[in-house]
Amino acid sequence: MLHTLSIGELGRELTSGRTSSVELTRHFLGRIERLNPALNALITLTAELALAQAEAADARRAAGESGPLLGIPLIHKDIFCTDGVRTSCGSRMLDNFVAPYDATVVARLKAAGAVMLAKANMDEFAMGSSNETSYYGPVRNPWDTTKVPGGSSGGSAAATAARLTPFATGTDTGGSIRQPAALTGVTGVKPTYGRVSRYGLVAFASSLDQAGVFARSAADAAIVLEAMAGFDPRDSTSIDAPVPNYPAALGAPLKGLKIGLLREFFDGLEARNTALIHDALKVYRDLGAETVDVSLPHLPLSVPTYYVVAPAECSSNLSRFDGVRFGYRCENPTDLLDLYKRSRGEGFGAEVKRRIMTGTYVLSAGYFDAYYLKAQKVRRLITDDFRAAFEKVDLVIGPTTPTPAFSIGAKIDDPVTMYLNDIYTIGANLAGLPGISMPCGFIDELPMGLQLIGPHFSEIKLLNAADGFQRATDWHHRSPRGYE
Amino acid sequence: MADWEVVIGLEIHAQLATRSKIFSGSATAYGAPPNTQADLVDLAYPGVLPVLNAEAVRMAVKFGLSIGAEVARRSVFARKNYFYPDLPKGYQISQYELPVVKQGRLAVMLEDGTVKTVGITRAHLEEDAGKSLHEGLAHASGIDLNRAGTPLLEIVSEPDMRSAKEAVAYMKKIHTLVRYLEICDGNMQEGSFRCDANVSVRPRGREKFGTRAEIKNLNSFRFVGRAINFEVARQIELIESGGTVVQETRLYDSDKDETRSMRSKEEANDYRYFPDPDLLPVQIEESFVEAVRATLPELPDDKAARFAHDFALSAYDAGVLSASRELGAYFEAAVAELGAEHAKLAANWVMGELSSALNRDGIDIEVSRVLPEQLSALLARIVDQTISGKIAKEVFEAMWSEGKPADAIIEAKGLKQITDSGAIEGVIDAVMAANPKQLADYRAGKDKLFGFFVGQVMKATEGKANPAQLNELLKTKLAGAP
Repeated sequence: MLHTLSIGELGRELTSGRTSSVELTRHFLGRIERLNPALNALITLTAELALAQAEAADARRAAGESGPLLGIPLIHKDIFCTDGVRTSCGSRMLDNFVAPYDATVVARLKAAGAVMLAKANMDEFAMGSSNETSYYGPVRNPWDTTKVPGGSSGGSAAATAARLTPFATGTDTGGSIRQPAALTGVTGVKPTYGRVSRYGLVAFASSLDQAGVFARSAADAAIVLEAMAGFDPRDSTSIDAPVPNYPAALGAPLKGLKIGLLREFFDGLEARNTALIHDALKVYRDLGAETVDVSLPHLPLSVPTYYVVAPAECSSNLSRFDGVRFGYRCENPTDLLDLYKRSRGEGFGAEVKRRIMTGTYVLSAGYFDAYYLKAQKVRRLITDDFRAAFEKVDLVIGPTTPTPAFSIGAKIDDPVTMYLNDIYTIGANLAGLPGISMPCGFIDELPMGLQLIGPHFSEIKLLNAADGFQRATDWHHRSPRGYE
Repeated sequence: MADWEVVIGLEIHAQLATRSKIFSGSATAYGAPPNTQADLVDLAYPGVLPVLNAEAVRMAVKFGLSIGAEVARRSVFARKNYFYPDLPKGYQISQYELPVVKQGRLAVMLEDGTVKTVGITRAHLEEDAGKSLHEGLAHASGIDLNRAGTPLLEIVSEPDMRSAKEAVAYMKKIHTLVRYLEICDGNMQEGSFRCDANVSVRPRGREKFGTRAEIKNLNSFRFVGRAINFEVARQIELIESGGTVVQETRLYDSDKDETRSMRSKEEANDYRYFPDPDLLPVQIEESFVEAVRATLPELPDDKAARFAHDFALSAYDAGVLSASRELGAYFEAAVAELGAEHAKLAANWVMGELSSALNRDGIDIEVSRVLPEQLSALLARIVDQTISGKIAKEVFEAMWSEGKPADAIIEAKGLKQITDSGAIEGVIDAVMAANPKQLADYRAGKDKLFGFFVGQVMKATEGKANPAQLNELLKTKLAGAP
């Protein structure tokens, strides 16, 4: 049962020769073929390429090379450019777009020997919290296929939860890794802004976007993050600081760890959700951690702040999709304006258009100060709140989402309700902080996530805290029925 | 008719002479086949990111220091959003609220010798757009993105200029300066140096500015002058006939010599500027500024002052000779050989014979056919009276066309001046003997005939008689002294 093994275990299987990367790849391709049709988690399958990469990995291993990801399969969110492979970003606009280069994340994982199985479904241009805005149709939650998997990295989350891959990449602009990780019962890591290169990641909101990883444990995520992270001279916002050995840092005792309970996260939180968090806190206390109440007074402003900043940036970032050089172009444009209007009108979906219009509005003359500038000021206040909290505690803790996965179609026509799904995750993006979501129990037989947020570049602390929890619990081992 | 005052401000775009583009690694060389110098960043492919070329910042700082401006310790790149096919990202990366250079000034010498100081509000870095090509394509436009991403320094003046002549003089001075600094090749035909002019008029004495029109994309000094003059006349005529000037962008048509409305203020784009989240603010350390300061060449004004002082030249001559680094260097090299006491002679020749020969043949001074040492060798022959100035011009032409040294030409053509008094006297005697009537008339009081005798002697000596000597000897001889 290769798909139940951790990355570390798979590595040992490969090293010992009990299996090969080709065999592993065939195994996961087989599961994809069998199980994905019910989930719609993937946009493009790259079986042939995967087998070629697997053969190459086996050859490298035979030549004496080793490495924790050498020959391990993965799935990339379809927001990462992959050389020679369609990179759709979940949009009709890029349905025909074959990227001519690899994103830095893709190149690094390729160099580490990881094998790309497929490109994962996602909300169009990463704009959505349910994966329902994808041009390729909604992704279904393997725990209950009438439910959404969350978004925007819903395909990556569902594929990891369904054991279609040992791990997957994702991006997190307002919770797009942590929220779907929570709703599908997997571990999702959003690193510090600047820790992982954004080069080759189709931009949604540049000051918030951050690439990260879905895995079935913090220990697996640590292995992947180490391979992904690091300074990239092609991304001016990436940070030139050495990448620590994350896997080696795991297992440190949690005694004395100060965990902050964010008061604002618990205001109005549903009782069953509160109870799950308190159960988790008990685990931490049993491991020797202390819990302290902390307050981030400006945190409740994070959703409105985000929905000014993110659309503003996206309205500009998506201007390059104009039908001139690549991507969708309308039939028989009559003139330049017609080319622009119809190519964009037909190429973009409703949610993307909504955000482009919102963003255009908040940047307009006469509104800029009241919206964009004000939002930037609030963003600073939220960042300062976190900074103050981290003077008292090592990490803060809370729920990842207010509710478990909701039904497909339930919120798609009500953008504001949909936006409120990200109420607990957006703060970390606005402040550029690293965060993790990991499974901590169930509500109505659907998985729920526990979220940890730490100071900038505290990935070691976060991964170790999550790993400590997972060593003491088995929520992360639970598998949706039919995917064991 | 009211007395109108003209108010002009210029926005000059100078392409910075970096090897690669401001945010990508593509080459900036002019004239490559379309789209061969545009990489994925220039083409704005999904996922690509800009990385600032530090050389462009260094050049902007250099410019700032040369105009006594403040170099911002922190400046910010902003996005200027608008759709156009030659703008691949749908926004131009520019600087808006926080430019890299703030508040400088430049002294400009006008034709009449007065000096005017023009304020420079700011200079900011930005990327150039590509080009739309309309020729040779039926029902379509071509896009060449080779120019997209070429670094530009936009130099924005205060509305300090009061005539087209002042505006042109200011623009020429900036042109001189950026070439001195070696931050821009100044090639206006290739668009490396161009400007927009903001023009308004107001009744003299009124403080409030009139409504301005912005004339776009002027790429020659002549067009700047003409466009402004046309625009001033248009605005005055409009106001005097009861109309009002509207704020708008206008285009200068050099074929018709007129400006035409391009778009009004109402039609203007809302550019929705905001800080570019892909680029960090540019932090400039004091040490960087000082390192750049150490690389500053002698600036045009300093050079002109030095020329005027050291070589006793007029302000005008000093200004002309310092108008480009190359011209100044040529002049100094020539003077070095000849001696500072003869600098005025060298100045006259460099500004006169040499410049006209260069202009006539369209040759840059760096590759002049007559080198500074060769010119000074020629001038030395004037100084030591081997040849006259007039003969020297003939020698110069021969040097220019044949590439031989002055002495060789003087020798070969037998142009050496006659300074032997005896020889000159002999010729004078012969001329006097051959022209008895004129001699008699002269002696009877017709002084004007002196010139006739000079001419005759020169003719007989093929111009080689030393003029001063000839004058003296002739005077004595004609007077009939023994």
